[in-house]
Amino acid sequence: MKYKKIYPQLLTLLFIILVFGFFTMNAQVNMGNRGIEFGFGFLSQEASFDIQFSLIDYDGSRSYGRAYLVGLLNTLLVSFIGIILSTILGIIIGVARLSPNYLINKTASFYVEFFRNVPLLLQIFFWYFAALRALPMPEDAPLLLGSSFMTIKGFYTIAPIWNNFDIFFIALILSIIIIFFFNRFAKKKQEEEGKQYPKFLISLGIFIFIPTATFFLGGVDLNWSFPELKQLAKTSFTFEGGLGIPPELIALTLALTLYTATFIAENVRAGIQGIGKGQKEAAASIGLTPSQVLKLVVMPQALRIIIPPTTNQYLNLTKNSSLAAAIAYPDLVLVFAGTAMMQTGRAIEIVGITMATYLTISLAISMFMNWYNKRIAIQEK
Amino acid sequence: MFKHTKKLFAILTALSLLFVYACEPGGKKQTKGESKTLKQTQKKGFVRCGVSQGLPGFSNADAAGNWTGVDVDVCRAVAAAVLGDSNKVKFTPLSAKERFTALTSGEIDILSRNTTWTLSRDADIGLTFVGVNFYDGQGFMVRKDSGITSVDDFKDGVSACTNIGTTTELNMRDFFNSRNISYEPVAFEKADEVVAAYDSGRCDTYTTDKSGLAAQRTKMSNPDEHMVLPETISKEPLGPVVRQGDSVWEDIVRWSLNVMIEAEEYGVDSSNADSMKSSDNPAVKRLVGAEGELGAAFGLDNEWSLRIIKQVGNYGESYKRNIADTGILPDRGPNQLWTKGGILYVPPAR
Repeated sequence: MKYKKIYPQLLTLLFIILVFGFFTMNAQVNMGNRGIEFGFGFLSQEASFDIQFSLIDYDGSRSYGRAYLVGLLNTLLVSFIGIILSTILGIIIGVARLSPNYLINKTASFYVEFFRNVPLLLQIFFWYFAALRALPMPEDAPLLLGSSFMTIKGFYTIAPIWNNFDIFFIALILSIIIIFFFNRFAKKKQEEEGKQYPKFLISLGIFIFIPTATFFLGGVDLNWSFPELKQLAKTSFTFEGGLGIPPELIALTLALTLYTATFIAENVRAGIQGIGKGQKEAAASIGLTPSQVLKLVVMPQALRIIIPPTTNQYLNLTKNSSLAAAIAYPDLVLVFAGTAMMQTGRAIEIVGITMATYLTISLAISMFMNWYNKRIAIQEK
Repeated sequence: MFKHTKKLFAILTALSLLFVYACEPGGKKQTKGESKTLKQTQKKGFVRCGVSQGLPGFSNADAAGNWTGVDVDVCRAVAAAVLGDSNKVKFTPLSAKERFTALTSGEIDILSRNTTWTLSRDADIGLTFVGVNFYDGQGFMVRKDSGITSVDDFKDGVSACTNIGTTTELNMRDFFNSRNISYEPVAFEKADEVVAAYDSGRCDTYTTDKSGLAAQRTKMSNPDEHMVLPETISKEPLGPVVRQGDSVWEDIVRWSLNVMIEAEEYGVDSSNADSMKSSDNPAVKRLVGAEGELGAAFGLDNEWSLRIIKQVGNYGESYKRNIADTGILPDRGPNQLWTKGGILYVPPAR
């Protein structure tokens, strides 16, 4: 009678293998008939197209593999910024929706209802084309904060020029490690002896002092490069020097952040409302201040409700970033599944790689968030 | 229960195998004189044609969904030849990125979408180019008031809007690199977005094939503010493409195009085609099916070429109707017959 359990599973497995095998065979036979070969050799061929915006050294004489890397990093960049900003905005809006203040409360509600109900692609187009038309040409752009310009061709701001940046960077990492151990030490002291250190101030002190010291001891030097207006032709200008952020990245980040933050805000609201009123009252009755109540009683429990659905939003944001192709932000889809696919004609290989890449990114985010979720989950003793 | 599962297993296996055989992939080896694509087209009753998403003069749909353009006319000519009616065409609008996959996967049978004939496309990715229906070259569009009057005026930092997935991206790099100019490429997936971005001032110049520039200029908010620079930085012979491996179908598409060009050369057009049957010139008589057995080579009747000329017209008529009269490129330039100073020259239909 054991078979009864095994057979259906075996059959399902067999069916899946057959279907998968059929598609593979179909692709192979068809490609064979049409004289298309399967292979990944093209990745080392010269790409011979340029990319507008790259975090690593790239030009058209590099390989398709390098172009893939550029696209991947651009996708990760916009996802990373988007996740950070949408989390901050989401928490603010989520808390604002619970505010007793009528105006704050209604503004937050309106924001959530509006932005989560308009399709994301439309929002991306809106921020790109509407905002683009509203922005000034480089020659008319006003000076912002004494250093930056917001123009139709992008946001230009001062760029740091480092000397011995690696020493500074090592000092920065070192200070973070020291802060980590200091906090563990302080926590232990508090648990064992009840002694409280001004943790935040000391941490901040370490964080500022050690990296600053490298300027005097390690030969670290920092200069600023300012953007300067450059005339290209009679009525055509651009900025040179400094740091230029393309409008495509700004529009995409804005749209992804505003859209995803609405969902995170709702998660935060659900999390906070999920904690019984009695708990807050009980915490207040033993003498905790309102901020301590939030930090020690409400948030640790609310996070357990907030994290799992918010993980989904992070995954959504990352995958939604592929809409970048519509507004020329050179992400993985535009560069690799777009230009590279066209130039090589390797549709199956490139779509396969792209799918595997998104899957890997998503699984990585998922794994990290699951780990975090486990960490804050109730420890059964 | 056990017996039941076993039966289920057997059925499932049989079904899977059946599935595999039933879906035996298309595009088997061709025997001579027999075209699977032709047979399928005749069975379906329409020609499956891939066109652009809207490029005035080449392939553009009006509000009622009627497609017009010189690229569209190639597909109409094939439909007239193999099905007897130039309207029996199903048009599939494709982006530059989708076009080759749509053709190689068998979604369409002719790709007639202002596509540049290059060695790597012809040899590498399962495509066969059958001819050239428009000789083009890449150019630049700028604002008239910018003071840029030639490509020599471009300086470091110039931003150029264009489409992804075209030869344009590659030519642009070759051009700017050869002149040592650093530039910012802003590449969009769809032409409409390129136009919108350039029009709003995002880019200093818009680069694509000159015919495309002329056509897209009409979509700008104020076309008179823009101009196309005189220089041409590349050769872009545009033409229809078919899948590799069906040589008969390839010949049908090639000669449908050639017949249109040859008809213009011999002065045969849609209005006088019938009367040309009694012409003294044997070449003209062959063209309208009054002499010879030209269609038999493809498995078509003898009036296939007559139908093309009557229903679609010759190349000159098609050009005038779609490109000249719409004000896109009134001057035919290289797309004039070789007898009139152009480079349109096709092998004789005999």
